[in-house]
Amino acid sequence: MLNLSKEKLVEMYRLMVKIRLFEEKVFELYAQNLVPGTIHLYTGQEAVAVGVCSALRKDDYITSTHRGHGHCIAKGADVKRVMAEILGKKTGYCKGKGGSMHIADFSIGMLGATAVVGAGIPIAAGAGLSIKLRGTDQVVACFFGDGASNQGTFHEGINMAAIWSLPVIFVCENNLYAMGTRQSMVMRIENIADRAAAYGIPGVVVDGNDVLAVYEATSKAAERARKGEGPTLIECKTYRHRGHSRVDPAKYRPREEVEAWLAKDPIKRFREKLLGLNVLTEAEIQQIDREVAAEIEEAVRYAMESPYPAPEEALEDVYA
Amino acid sequence: MRRITYREALREALREEMRRDPTVFLLGEDIGRYWGGAFKVTEGLAEEFGDERVRDTPISESAIIGVAVGAAITGMRPVAEIMFGDLTALAMDQIANQAAKLRYMFGGQVKVPLVIRTPFGGGVNIAAHHSQCLEAWFMHVPGLYVAVPSTPYDAKGLLKSAIRGNNPVIFCEHKLLYPFEGEVPEEDYTIPFGVADVKREGEDVTVVATLYMVHKALKAAETLAKEGISVEVVDPRTLTPLDKKTIVNSVKKTGRLVVVSEDCKTAGVTAEIAAIVAEEAIDYLDAPIRRVAEPDTPIPFSPPLEQYVIPDEKAIIRAVKEIA
Repeated sequence: MLNLSKEKLVEMYRLMVKIRLFEEKVFELYAQNLVPGTIHLYTGQEAVAVGVCSALRKDDYITSTHRGHGHCIAKGADVKRVMAEILGKKTGYCKGKGGSMHIADFSIGMLGATAVVGAGIPIAAGAGLSIKLRGTDQVVACFFGDGASNQGTFHEGINMAAIWSLPVIFVCENNLYAMGTRQSMVMRIENIADRAAAYGIPGVVVDGNDVLAVYEATSKAAERARKGEGPTLIECKTYRHRGHSRVDPAKYRPREEVEAWLAKDPIKRFREKLLGLNVLTEAEIQQIDREVAAEIEEAVRYAMESPYPAPEEALEDVYA
Repeated sequence: MRRITYREALREALREEMRRDPTVFLLGEDIGRYWGGAFKVTEGLAEEFGDERVRDTPISESAIIGVAVGAAITGMRPVAEIMFGDLTALAMDQIANQAAKLRYMFGGQVKVPLVIRTPFGGGVNIAAHHSQCLEAWFMHVPGLYVAVPSTPYDAKGLLKSAIRGNNPVIFCEHKLLYPFEGEVPEEDYTIPFGVADVKREGEDVTVVATLYMVHKALKAAETLAKEGISVEVVDPRTLTPLDKKTIVNSVKKTGRLVVVSEDCKTAGVTAEIAAIVAEEAIDYLDAPIRRVAEPDTPIPFSPPLEQYVIPDEKAIIRAVKEIA
């Protein structure tokens, strides 16, 4: 299986479970009115973040979106500090200034989540240009959704990365809906990856609920990027298990469609695969699930016990 | 001291900073070896530093700034050129929501050392899409600095500070100033942000002016001096941060204030400065504050129309006399 070590496969499984349990916990806290503002949960799309980030090095970069908790965790962020940020605490990654939609951890190459749809695309290209000018062999993975692919920044940013052969992997997480707007209402094509042809770069469609398929596509794109051959557009077909944001019961999605996608749950599939290939036993899987659950509980405890920032800290960090 | 143009001063600042620091690079439309910039500021730089560091871009203002932001947060010091100030509108999300806010949103984790050079201003009959002064837009965005150099000396010193600094800077140039000559020393120097320059000392009326209006204000002051009115001309040089102290101290001395700017009057540069003085020095005012700014219209094309809306020396003289 892609010559991945057992250790690596287990780590990928662990990360996927970590994202799932983290998001379910955020939802639970929200239901208890403990989360200020809004939330955009990553539940259902875990194979994308984990497949992509597992194929990257620690010094590679990612850019993220409003639906970004999964990207942070997959890149190696500390769930305690992610949870603290979501609760608006001083110990959060952004000292409570960013919240759910703006988490960043520059120490692990997580260049931050922007909540303007599509805005991260040129920024990722810029990080790619920086890599090229500095002469390192890092790459950038840029996460965005199907909705972002209709923004002008998609065209401008990917074109610029393409003409300059920048080391960027554009990862379109196509979960079929931009808020409540179904893809077919806003584009004539089925595969967003087809748009890559317009920029003269490879466009790849992958099963975004298959973490190994995502890993493989990303590895190829990263190799290409490190060799100076330029960007790739990877479209991951996936589905969010919950609504767009916390106010959304997602009634615009047909029941049969939801059920079909729930049956393709990326964690369930990966678990079955690992069991089938005797990488893990049922007991080992339960052990991992328990350990992750304990880690999430600890993150919640840490976040809940952490203090809020002092009000006047609102005036800090405007300028360097 | 030697005299060079505003354009040459800017080019010298870019050249010297690029020689000094390999992380400094330029990007923008037609700035490279084939054109040298629409106003020729970057002419000759691609020949010295190569096409990688003097980078021609597609006509994609939003991505020019977005790419510059991405480079700035990963160790580079980009200087982006937007060919005309009006076109910053195309890049506004990247400027106002990304460049300006990333540091704050991310809790101070990152610096955004980015300079956006762009020419503002009318007077060359190129109508509404190439002539407006939009400094006030950027004053309204916390996280941005706004520089408004009026002389070659200020242009070079402020641009060097902008490039060496760690914050996003909207570096406002003025089209009519590019050929303007002034004294600039040979040796390296910088001008700190937030330090106004008293371009002419006077006793009776304070005139605060920026960019090309500084020169109109100086001419007006010369004329008024012959009529016995002593005008002090204060050039803030940067609007963010704004040197309130120098402005307020000048008003405390003269007791009278005229604020001049080439942007439109409503919610503009003059409004902000007038409000500050009203808040902080109203007891020192012996007369109402006067503002000389553009009427609230787009910039028209035909010469008599354009001349009508852009403040001139006569309008400044009139405003000073109203309160002197």
